[in-house]
Amino acid sequence: MAAGAAPRPARRGGRREGGSNGPRREAAPGLVSVMESVEAVARTLLSFGRLSRGLPFGRAHGLSSRDPLLPLAPRSQENADPQRTAFLLRKQWTLYSVTPLYRFSNAHLRDYARLLSAFIAAEKQKGLAVEVGVELDIKVAVSSLPYLKGSDQDQAAILVQLSSRSPASPKNSEEKLIWSGWFCCVSGDNLSKNVPEDFTCLPLFLVNGAECYTSIVGSWFQKTFDCSFRRLAISPLILSWMAAMWTGCKVDKTASAMELVFSVPCLPQPLDISYAIHPEDAKALWDTVQKTPGEIIQEEVDVFMDCLYSHFHRHFRIHLSATKLVKVSTAIASAHCDGIIKFLQSQYLTGVLMLLTELAISQIE
Amino acid sequence: MQRRQSFKTQKQPLQVHHKNQTDLSAWRKGGRIDPEKNVQNHQSPNNQKNDSKQGSLEQALSYFEKVQDRVSLKKNSVLQKHLTTVESIGLQSGLPPEAFDVLLNVALSGKLADTVNTRLLKSLLPASVIPETSVVSSVSWLCVSKCSGNIQLLFLRWLIAVFDFIDHKEQLHALYGFFFSFLQDEKMCPYVCHLLYLLTRKETGEYIQLYEMEYHFISYSGMQSHLQALLSLYKLYCPELVTITLPGKMKTYFKNSEGPWKAGINTVRRRNQENSPVFQPLFLGTAQPQSRKRKWNTQLIIPASSTNTNNLEEDKKKNRVDLYSMSESFRVEQLQTFSQLLQNIHHLEFPSQMGSVLTNPLLLHYMNCIKDESIYLRLYYWMGQTLQEECTWCALDNNQDEEEFKDFLETVYKTECFLQEGFSSCEEFLYKSLPLWDGFCCRSQILRLVSWIPLGSFSEIKSHLYDPLAQFFFTSSLYFKCSILECLKELLQNWLNWHVIHLDSESDSQVHSSNTTHSELLNEVAELIHFVGWISTVALRLENNPTFLLYFILDFYETACDMYLRYNLPLLIMPPAGVFYPALLSMDSVTLNQLCYIMYRYRTNLVAAKENELSKKEMVQFRFSNQTYQEYNQYITAMVGCLWTSSVFQKDIHPQGLRMDDELLKKTAVQEFKNSFNIVYHPAMMGYAVLFLQQAWPDDTTFNFSLIKGKKWNWYLEYLYAHGLKGLKVFIESSINRVSQASHSKAGNVQV
Repeated sequence: MAAGAAPRPARRGGRREGGSNGPRREAAPGLVSVMESVEAVARTLLSFGRLSRGLPFGRAHGLSSRDPLLPLAPRSQENADPQRTAFLLRKQWTLYSVTPLYRFSNAHLRDYARLLSAFIAAEKQKGLAVEVGVELDIKVAVSSLPYLKGSDQDQAAILVQLSSRSPASPKNSEEKLIWSGWFCCVSGDNLSKNVPEDFTCLPLFLVNGAECYTSIVGSWFQKTFDCSFRRLAISPLILSWMAAMWTGCKVDKTASAMELVFSVPCLPQPLDISYAIHPEDAKALWDTVQKTPGEIIQEEVDVFMDCLYSHFHRHFRIHLSATKLVKVSTAIASAHCDGIIKFLQSQYLTGVLMLLTELAISQIE
Repeated sequence: MQRRQSFKTQKQPLQVHHKNQTDLSAWRKGGRIDPEKNVQNHQSPNNQKNDSKQGSLEQALSYFEKVQDRVSLKKNSVLQKHLTTVESIGLQSGLPPEAFDVLLNVALSGKLADTVNTRLLKSLLPASVIPETSVVSSVSWLCVSKCSGNIQLLFLRWLIAVFDFIDHKEQLHALYGFFFSFLQDEKMCPYVCHLLYLLTRKETGEYIQLYEMEYHFISYSGMQSHLQALLSLYKLYCPELVTITLPGKMKTYFKNSEGPWKAGINTVRRRNQENSPVFQPLFLGTAQPQSRKRKWNTQLIIPASSTNTNNLEEDKKKNRVDLYSMSESFRVEQLQTFSQLLQNIHHLEFPSQMGSVLTNPLLLHYMNCIKDESIYLRLYYWMGQTLQEECTWCALDNNQDEEEFKDFLETVYKTECFLQEGFSSCEEFLYKSLPLWDGFCCRSQILRLVSWIPLGSFSEIKSHLYDPLAQFFFTSSLYFKCSILECLKELLQNWLNWHVIHLDSESDSQVHSSNTTHSELLNEVAELIHFVGWISTVALRLENNPTFLLYFILDFYETACDMYLRYNLPLLIMPPAGVFYPALLSMDSVTLNQLCYIMYRYRTNLVAAKENELSKKEMVQFRFSNQTYQEYNQYITAMVGCLWTSSVFQKDIHPQGLRMDDELLKKTAVQEFKNSFNIVYHPAMMGYAVLFLQQAWPDDTTFNFSLIKGKKWNWYLEYLYAHGLKGLKVFIESSINRVSQASHSKAGNVQV
């Protein structure tokens, strides 16, 4: 039996090279003694759904009980084209929820790009006159990603890209992508079927790039389509769901370690504990916990996490259940509680987006 | 001295600010037409707050006006005091318009040391606007160069920073040439460029005569970014005059000169937005103020009303097809008066961000007559997100500003009052946030919002509203208990009003809602009244029956007892015994009088209901339950027995009532226990009886209450009525059947 994971205290905010899929692979924890409590769990579906009219703060966000979660199996094959979604992978996306856009039309994407680029120029040079339609420092492209959706009712995702022309070289020189953001809705039926025609439901907004551009683009969308943006945080409960769900997914290549990062509360100095598990061991544990393939319930997630916690406690005498889970990294994706996500596998992209869409919707409603 | 007068005269009309009520004449804006009035309007809320500060500011101003020689700051405590006054008022609430003249004069005249001048200039933030005249006179100081170069620079930076707050700019434009001449000063040049950039207009040709000089400057100082910016603007307006080629790429031309005033300016901007009944056009185009400490989108801003550019484009396309259509839309920015609203109501566009209606009463009027789901949905989303994001006790990161949030809640409440309608986003917010509330933060705002929770919209009101409210109620002070009762009374009234309006519109449209929903509404109202009955009973026990609390409880029942007749709601619920008996035996005549009035209204309502039932006007399923009549009769027996027939200890049949055995009563050793609660002996009435005796028998000092009988009894009644006990009057006149005026002893009660 291996020695188990080593707690690696790390300053939060300090730079750790490599990131989640980096080369640090910790020794795998043994799985022998971890099963004690598994059998005792009653298999009842938690009434986990959201209230008819909103959900109290602090409770789990709406993982609805109506369909036992099956978010990671892509509904259809057509959206699994790895080429087209490659540019979304291996980037850090900051998550926002967006209320339905009023009078947004897919037919006017070019106009939107033109207006937005003028708006950006105006915002960047406060008080200076800006002509609309002139060549500007920053080029805006607004395009549609029709393949990025879960059901027919979903709106096609909208991609906004800002790129800068280098001032030194002539016009047709290479443009450098400086900011991108995309609106999407994957299986957001319960929101989209409830809003009138004039509204477009794209409740999830993902951003990669400087906050100053996020601010300008966001403000423009807020002004133009009367919508509201809010940062979408991911609660520790949801993170543990992600850990369990993603553990169970098959990945072709030799996968990187699954890593859970915990933050210890109430210390004068922030202290993070990183817990890395060999993906095969994690999968083996999960397979013993999960009763019905393709269906996950809250108890199973709890048991899975408890097993990991008790293993850790056995080796290091630290109760992880008293800390806060802040980050989950697996071969599928990595997610941080501040609402930052990185997709790593294109075949599971829509699956992860579906979960995030649901989180975004529960924050809007 | 003239200045002092203007201080006074400006104070008076300030009270006339817009209220929550629909006073149409108040919406007339007039700000653009009459700048002076505008100034006053802006100033009013500050004046009220700062009345005490006003005096010290006045003193400071008169000091600075008179100061002659160079005074050392360190040695002179008077100067220190006045300087601190100006600084604190300037930075906190902004200075009134008339202060700028004095302070700019001092700061630029070089009378005082530079440290003083700098501090003065840095605190020169307007409460509302800056008069142009004071700016013009300070430019003349600038021209005579009495002050140091640093102060000149600081003044220019100040002028750029506050440029938007100068009330007029005509005379400033006339000084264009003066500013232009400052371009020669190497240090001042960047700021002067920025200022000229702000002043330059297409229609004025000031710069055209001066263009030749530009080349001189450029050859002299090289193509610097600020000059480049100015030239690019000239070129944009008059391309034929500027022949020089400018680099096409934009970059940041001007240094940020807002510097020390930035935070203050944001505050002024926000304040001005709040105070104006309709947004100033000034703010429509400007960027939203961004706070330094907070991330994007986390600052509470109610958007300004501006035309939806998105709409316009589509409209243009439509118009191209239909050239003769008259449907050109009226822009929200143009909407200033109620009559404009009436004239353009058929082609008025809603603003691009619905949140802006909160501060625009004209649009609220419009919203009231347009029944469009998308309007409410846009408002719903925006408000729901804003409330959650800004809620100081719900949000995870605690950098929200409580004052800001309080103001926002206040605005939402005012809007609800205006529309006479609760917002569902607000309701949901309350359900989510009440369990986490500390009962203290924004208390009055939260309770006011509770009073606008809509009726019949949510079936789980008990667990979401009553449970958390009950917790606060039982664990809080007497005052808070009364506030909650007050808010629940408002809630009941709002529900009843809504019900009446709903009934009207239903009968208008001939659409009858199903009986089940109606009975659901009845249940919801009944639940509220039972809830109040329950918490009132417990509170009276907890607090030992204070009159103050009883007043608020009975106030609630004053609304509840009249629901059938006044609000056409077939529902009457009697107060529980835990409320009725403490009120009946209260030590205070106000309480007793209030109770009498309530019982009289219950009687009137019940009699009317019975009559309607007999004549079969009512639908059968809404018949009052017999229990209500029974309870009323028990109470009325007790009351009449108490106050009139002195038979309460025998006749009271209520299980929690006053019925007592004679044996037991004798043990109390009270002599005439029978009549000890009638209108003469009742502890709440005895004071009146004493005074009455003193007036009727001035010589008798024995206080023989038994003298009040027969004719004197009637006089006594008249005496009580004359002392404002109107409730008692209507109660006795309605519920006590006085067989003959002479023999009062035979009076009995009428049971319904």
